[in-house]
Amino acid sequence: MNAVATPETIAAGASQMPAAAENGRKIGDVALDIQNISLRFGGVKALTDISFDVREHEIRSIIGPNGAGKSSMLNCINGVYTPTEGSITFRGKTFSHMNSRQVAEMGVARTFQNLALFKGMSVLDNIMTGRNLKIKSNLLLQALRWGPAEREEIRHREFVERIIDFLEIQAHRKTPVGQLPYGLQKRVDLGRALAMEPQVLLLDEPMAGMNVEEKQDMSRFILDVNDEFGTTIVLIEHDMGVVMDISDRVVVLDYGKKIGDGTPEEVRNNEDVISAYLGTSH
Amino acid sequence: MATTFPRLLQKHASERPSAPALREKEYGIWQTWSWQRALDEVRWMAMGLSALGFAPGQNLAIVGDNRPHLYLMFLAAQSLRGVPVPMYQDAVAAEMAFVLRDAEVHFAFAEDQEQVDKLLELRAAEGEEAVPGLTHIIYDDPRGLRNYTDAGLISVDELMALGRKHDELHPQLFGQGVAQGQPDDVSVILYTSGTTGRPKGVCQTHASFIGAAEGGVTTDGLNGKDNVLSYLPPAWVGDHLFSLAQWLVAGFTINCPESSDTVAIDMREIGPTYYFAPPRVFEGMLTSVSIRMEDAARIKQRMHAVFMDVARRVGADILDGKPVGALDRLKYALGNVLVYGPLKNAMGLTRIRVAYTAGAAIGPDLFRFFRSIGVNLKQLYGQTETCAYVCIQKNGRVKFSSVGEVAPGIELKIADNGEVLVKGVSVLKEYYKRPDATAEVMDAEGYFHTGDAGVLDHDGHLRIIDRAKDVGKMAGGAMFAPNYIENKLKFFPQVKEAVCFGTGREQVCAFLNIDFDAVGNWAERQGLPYAGYVDLAGKPEVLAMMKECVEKVNADLAAEEGMEDTQIARFLVLHKELDPDDDELTRTRKVRRNFIGDKYGVLIDALYSDRSEQFIETAVKFEDGRTGKVSATLQILEAKRFPPVREAA
Repeated sequence: MNAVATPETIAAGASQMPAAAENGRKIGDVALDIQNISLRFGGVKALTDISFDVREHEIRSIIGPNGAGKSSMLNCINGVYTPTEGSITFRGKTFSHMNSRQVAEMGVARTFQNLALFKGMSVLDNIMTGRNLKIKSNLLLQALRWGPAEREEIRHREFVERIIDFLEIQAHRKTPVGQLPYGLQKRVDLGRALAMEPQVLLLDEPMAGMNVEEKQDMSRFILDVNDEFGTTIVLIEHDMGVVMDISDRVVVLDYGKKIGDGTPEEVRNNEDVISAYLGTSH
Repeated sequence: MATTFPRLLQKHASERPSAPALREKEYGIWQTWSWQRALDEVRWMAMGLSALGFAPGQNLAIVGDNRPHLYLMFLAAQSLRGVPVPMYQDAVAAEMAFVLRDAEVHFAFAEDQEQVDKLLELRAAEGEEAVPGLTHIIYDDPRGLRNYTDAGLISVDELMALGRKHDELHPQLFGQGVAQGQPDDVSVILYTSGTTGRPKGVCQTHASFIGAAEGGVTTDGLNGKDNVLSYLPPAWVGDHLFSLAQWLVAGFTINCPESSDTVAIDMREIGPTYYFAPPRVFEGMLTSVSIRMEDAARIKQRMHAVFMDVARRVGADILDGKPVGALDRLKYALGNVLVYGPLKNAMGLTRIRVAYTAGAAIGPDLFRFFRSIGVNLKQLYGQTETCAYVCIQKNGRVKFSSVGEVAPGIELKIADNGEVLVKGVSVLKEYYKRPDATAEVMDAEGYFHTGDAGVLDHDGHLRIIDRAKDVGKMAGGAMFAPNYIENKLKFFPQVKEAVCFGTGREQVCAFLNIDFDAVGNWAERQGLPYAGYVDLAGKPEVLAMMKECVEKVNADLAAEEGMEDTQIARFLVLHKELDPDDDELTRTRKVRRNFIGDKYGVLIDALYSDRSEQFIETAVKFEDGRTGKVSATLQILEAKRFPPVREAA
């Protein structure tokens, strides 16, 4: 049986909601400025002299054919790869290389192209791992569920419950992730990233391998995250329809070079982009 | 005892203010509304409505899933002598437009963004669908709505805040409104799903719903300690009777599930003591049990088979308190520990004292299954026009084939053409603004014509055969009751829907729909690959299985007097699921026979020819409103028919 709480306990937790963007979504100043990034693996040039910026609260997509360097770009921002040249400016601070933990602490979260969830753990526990950085009490206190540690866990659990509600996965709260269909696993992956209360969210092909209905759901959730929490979103996606529909601006990469940058409309009419990616008949 | 729903709420709040009235699972935890809090919120909502200009006699549309605020909104409207008009939450905007215009709605309560969007779309629409009068929309769940700036759109929290202020200025207003409400005021307008023609608004009074609820509450001894799971569409008469009328009469607790996907999980957590579901829900439970049993270990399957056999023989008798041998009782007790108990637990039925089914005929085997494992499942009979309260099965007096005995406060007689006529407490006041339609169903003596064909047996139990207008004659003169045959077919877990044809024909033919879950699971276990619904429905192995089902039904019909000529001669398995979005079923999933007859005319012609296959292309509507086409070549199969079996005289 579940404990029955009084309404007051929930009201007290209401302040824990992810900070909502005031007056809804307004695209602001440059949040992330990528300057002349190059990345080489030995003789292989993955990225060559790429520059673009991401503004606060916008949905920015990176598109390109297979092997164009999209994931490499994301990995540079995320601190997984160190760029050979160039710099990244995040909210006025310039870095020549970043490390993953530092990036996470600055409020950048990501999801993965090939899901990196804990298959044997429940949906709830998986999302809870996203709160890891926010949990302050030490391991021993957590293990003993000692006073403050317990209160802290309740707070975090409540936050996670709000994400579960937001992503409409209540029915799967206690299901091991490995048993869920792929589309739902993608949603859990997004949930875990949201648990970090990110200011910038990097999504690596969130819709790969989904059917039309699942893609619609996922697009809806991405728009809702952007709208409700004002989260800045950098998105890699193959599905042109989705990209053109939900993005504010699009960067196009091909063979590690930037060949286009602008609104979906501008990109759609860019000659280089048409021949490289969309096909000439478009 | 003459009273109204708001007065009943006041009574509970003064007698047991802190007892739980409603619960809702949110953020993984059950939240409780006490009777006092329920009354307070109703008061503030009502005062908020009043401040916005909602006047006595006005209608208030309500649309959404089962949520505490949604139920309380019914009472808020009634407290001001207004009339709540619930609408089906999965209706598309065009369907809502009719109700909103017909009921001249200015105020609407919408659960969430999805419903608000539909209402705003209608308000902005032009021409046929326009509902310009909709000035105020109140929503419960603010998610996604923060940036909406449409005029007249406010959240229920804002409404209550407004109401609190208004209440301070006019502290007498709420009490006066409730005191002025009369038992014969219309308490709700329920729009019928309309198997034919436009929906009609059924006006029911406080007195009739309270009367209907009291009858049920007394019959089953319901009290304040009972728990009910409210998960059926609030626009359906069944939910209105069980989750609202009986809730206020008996004072039990209603529990709202977290979302429509979590009903099964929430049901296990709550363990309701009183439960109401249309037959398809029980069918779904049995199907999921059957699927899981097929995947279970050999020893469990064996145990299940042995003890279900015992249950079939003696379970129902034990439940009814009839004499049963000591050895059988022992076996049943053992079965209860090993099989029935865990089964009931898995379905969330462990604490059930009384469960009801209504809305459509239930397969006798399905009905027996639940009673035999000790679930006191009973049937009741009624329609929107009678508050779902005409006949009710009483404890210990349950006959599988009947829908029960005439309920307290109801008079019933059978007309010459077999139609069931009803008079009494629960009969409707009128159809909203439709005196012509009211006159059609009410005769001079005050009897309501139900449109159902039925038979009263010598014990006073009513047996419903079919819709009076559906009962037809075959070319050979035999009576043809399509629903009766369809229900027999639908009891097989593999069969989701069935439509039979036969009126004026030499023989009976049928369309079948496979149950995608059950058949899909079966195919996987057989190692049978399939690409999707259309492909699976056309597999020869699946067709062979469907043929077996049809032939079993034929064998059954051969054994029933008067039914032997209505055995199914030829049938086919449809390439698409019959769907309310394509108007083939009503929102309560009843078959629209004539519509299907027209739409699939080619298929019917093929059934009554000697062709063995037929090509068909159909338009389908997807959930997002887009349309597409599905085509397939369907096999037509012959089924074996059996000679009549006469019981030895």
